[in-house]
Amino acid sequence: MPATHSETEKLSHAFEIKSGPVNLPLLKLLSTDVGAISAQLRQKIRQAPDFFRNAPMAIDVHSIAEAAGEIDFIALVRIMRDFGLTPVGLCGGHERHNQAAQVVGLSVLSLARHETPPPQAQPAETPKPKTPPEEMRSKIIEHPVRSGQRIYVAGGDLVVMSQVSAGAEIMADGNIHVYGTLRGRALAGVQGNLNCRIFCHDLQAELVSVGGHYKISENIDDSLRGVPVQIFLQDQSLIIKRL
Amino acid sequence: MARIIVVTSGKGGVGKTTTSAALAMGLALKGHRTAVIDFDVGLRNLDLIMGCERRVVYDFVNVINGEATLNQALIKDKRCDKLFILPASQTRDKESLTVEGVGKVLEDLSKDFEYIVCDSPAGIEKGATLAMYYADDAIVVTNPEVSSVRDSDRMLGILSSKSRRAELGDEPIKEYLLLTRYCPQRVKLGEMLSVEDVQDILSLHLLGVIPESKAVLTASNAGIPVILDDKSDAGQAFSDVVRRYLGEHVTHRFIELEKKGLFNRLFGG
Repeated sequence: MPATHSETEKLSHAFEIKSGPVNLPLLKLLSTDVGAISAQLRQKIRQAPDFFRNAPMAIDVHSIAEAAGEIDFIALVRIMRDFGLTPVGLCGGHERHNQAAQVVGLSVLSLARHETPPPQAQPAETPKPKTPPEEMRSKIIEHPVRSGQRIYVAGGDLVVMSQVSAGAEIMADGNIHVYGTLRGRALAGVQGNLNCRIFCHDLQAELVSVGGHYKISENIDDSLRGVPVQIFLQDQSLIIKRL
Repeated sequence: MARIIVVTSGKGGVGKTTTSAALAMGLALKGHRTAVIDFDVGLRNLDLIMGCERRVVYDFVNVINGEATLNQALIKDKRCDKLFILPASQTRDKESLTVEGVGKVLEDLSKDFEYIVCDSPAGIEKGATLAMYYADDAIVVTNPEVSSVRDSDRMLGILSSKSRRAELGDEPIKEYLLLTRYCPQRVKLGEMLSVEDVQDILSLHLLGVIPESKAVLTASNAGIPVILDDKSDAGQAFSDVVRRYLGEHVTHRFIELEKKGLFNRLFGG
């Protein structure tokens, strides 16, 4: 449900009213054509029926210009319900939109963001998230990273669920996790963050580096090869420690 | 729609053309209309292995340039009427191939064929990337040695990032590993990587292991796809590969050293 605002009340025992962020998927309208919206929704929901079942969703009309004409909220809400969604509110609307939405029982929500233009930053994630918020820059790779491939995550962590082959290079401004065998190169904290770490399930790397301090394969102790380790900096030196 | 299969490896000399010829013949013998295309423009070889080099009039590049129709260029195999070969041009280079041209030929072939086997050239340049661009399935041919394995790994990276399926965000290309020139004796002596070693590095679905065999060279020189030599171990191994590709469950052979039983020892089995 939409975020509620109030002060924390300690006096009552039956409930408390608190302000808390709630992540809600947005149906960001780019058109006022309810038919087109319906067709696209059907397609989208077919791809992940379980994800959308009973999912609460807010309608975002930021991108709809005031002059674009009326939006048929009655039809839109009906279609969303028919698809098993629970429309809960409207955001980013002009006065006229807000009034029309309230008529069909949608609350008018205000988003904790300032401007319209930036990409759908803000909310996402219901209990079963699909589109993570964009501020979260970390990346999860589920397929093998093959020789010759390079992956760089700017401003976040990199998690590889599969192997990283010899001749592949993975880099992140944050930490690196590899849950398969790490045979390629892994560079954490490439922007100079010395607190980053590399975690890997099976170390056979060609090179590992944290914040620019690196070790090549030849200088990695044999006892640390093929075992789960973490790699971090301590007093300017790179420590590889068995997990 | 035809299923487009690319036979690729990165490294040269590992058995791509041998595999393409055997696979195409095997699919055709199973009753599927199959076309096999030689993408190695400038180094035409498939026609030799298929034994149709004396019947080449038009080639792949002629078709792309609109100088010949597909029907004029396709060579029907004499041994199996479901199999057709589209030879490469020997006088041009890989620059003659274009994404649109290749796409058009594959689209036209898709109308009449069930399987299209693309025999990729070595390397990761234009010929090889175009051979795999439209693929639905990829058979990565690898020899049990480190450089071949690394090149295959590189090719797999390209398959997963530069194919049409990758660009459109469709279901990725199905990748299969085919280990060729395998020699259990040398694996046992530690001179060659084992199936497990290769699987450990590539983690791919193993389509088959083709043993190192004299039959392959003999067959190539004679212009007969080795799969037709059903007495040879390599021929049988390729037959297994085709059956596995078509979804049959066939136990892997030729991986272990053959144990000579008492009976065999006595009678020289």
